[in-house]
Amino acid sequence: MNKLILFSILLVSGCAINQTSVYQQLGGEPKVNEIVENFVIEIEKDAVILAYFEGANIDRFVDKLSEQICQRTGGPCDYSGDTMQQVHAGMNISETDFNRTVDLLINAMNKAGVSHRLQNKVLAALAPTRDEMLYL
Amino acid sequence: MKEKRCYTYFIVLFLSSLGGIANAAEGKLIGTAGLVQIEGSGGGGIVPWATLAGYDSQDEIAVSAFTTQVDIDNYRLNAFGVAASFYDKVELSITHQRFDLKSLGGDIKQNIFGLKYKLYGDVVYSNWPQISVGLQHKRLEDKAIADLLDANSSNSGTDYYIAATKVHLGALAGFNAVWNLTARATKANELGLLGYGGVENKNYEIMLEGSIGVLFSRHVAVGLEYRQKPDNLGLGEDDWVDYFISYIPNKDFNVTLAWAKLGSIAGAPDQDGLYVSINGQLW
Repeated sequence: MNKLILFSILLVSGCAINQTSVYQQLGGEPKVNEIVENFVIEIEKDAVILAYFEGANIDRFVDKLSEQICQRTGGPCDYSGDTMQQVHAGMNISETDFNRTVDLLINAMNKAGVSHRLQNKVLAALAPTRDEMLYL
Repeated sequence: MKEKRCYTYFIVLFLSSLGGIANAAEGKLIGTAGLVQIEGSGGGGIVPWATLAGYDSQDEIAVSAFTTQVDIDNYRLNAFGVAASFYDKVELSITHQRFDLKSLGGDIKQNIFGLKYKLYGDVVYSNWPQISVGLQHKRLEDKAIADLLDANSSNSGTDYYIAATKVHLGALAGFNAVWNLTARATKANELGLLGYGGVENKNYEIMLEGSIGVLFSRHVAVGLEYRQKPDNLGLGEDDWVDYFISYIPNKDFNVTLAWAKLGSIAGAPDQDGLYVSINGQLW
C-alpha cells in the first residue's frame, strides 16, 4: 500500500514541472501550421470524417484551428472564430467519430515529427473542447 | 494439460485475427479500453477497473476474448473468457478458471459470471474519474478442497465492487498516466478457488484494490497493481501485488507480462511468478 501512495504522489506532482508553454515547446507558428495542414490531409483521406466537412470553407478551418491550437497551448493568439457549439451544431458528431478524428490528429502530429510527450500535452490542451462538439 | 493451454492461446489469436477482418469496434483511443483481469472483467491484470473490456463507444458493441496464465511456485492459474460490452455502458463476461496444484497434483475449476455498469464519466475526457459498479458471481466446479479447508460455502459466492479510473493526458512529464481505485465486498478465499468465507470470518468484507500505470508510448504501458485480500480461512492469505508491462500494437490485440507476488496461498509461502495475458477484440 505504501508503494501505491508513493506512486499517487508522483502522479499528482508530475503536473506542473515545465514552465515554457506547450506552444513554445512545439516550435511556435510553423509547427502548428504544419500539424493543421497534415490534419487536413488526414481528413481528406478519411471518407467518414470528410463527410462532416461537406460545404465547409477549408481555408477558414485551417486558419481558425491554428489559432485555437495556438491559444489553447499557451501561444500569443486570440481565437476569433465561432464557438465550438456554433461550428458543430447540427452535425450530431458521435463519440466514435470524435475519437476517430483524434486518431487523425495524432497521425498529423506524428507526420509533423511531434514527440509523443508533446502530443499528449497538445491533446490535454484541446480535450476540454470535446463536450462542446459531441452530439449537437 | 500443456496442449490444452496451447489451444486456448491459439483460439484467442485466431479469433482476434478474425476481429481484425470483421472491423471491430474502435470508438475509443488506443490503450484506453484497458485490459481484462483474471476474473474476466475489464481492468488491469488482477483488479477490475471502471473501464469496459471493449473499444466500444456510446454507439457501438464490442466483444473480446482473453486468456491469462499465472505460473507461480506451487500453483498455476489458467483463465480464459469472453466479454461483451454494450454502448460503453454495460459489460457482460464469462470466465473459466483452472487452478493447477503443481506440487499436490490435481486442479480446482471455477466459472465466473461478471456484470459491470458504468455510472459516470469518460476515463479520458471527463473532469472526474470514470465510475462503474459491478459484480462477479463465482461458481466452484470442484468443492473438495474448499470443504477440506472448512470454507463456509463451497458452492458459490458473489463479489460486488465499485471502481474509479482516470487517464491523465500528458500528466507525467508528458506521458499519459492512468490510475484506478476499486473497493470490493467479498467473501472469496483466493478468488473463490478455496471457497467463500471460513472459520475466521463468514461475512462480507470490503477490500481495496488499486492500479497505477504510465503509457510510455501509444503502445506500451508499465505499472503496478495492488489487491487487498481477506483471510477468512485463517491460512494467512496475503494481499497481491503485480508489476506489469503491456504491449498494445493496435486496438484488436494486446499482450501483458507481469511479475506477480501473491504471497502465501493455502499454506505455501512466497508464491511469485510470471503472469502472461493476451487479449483480442473480436468485434
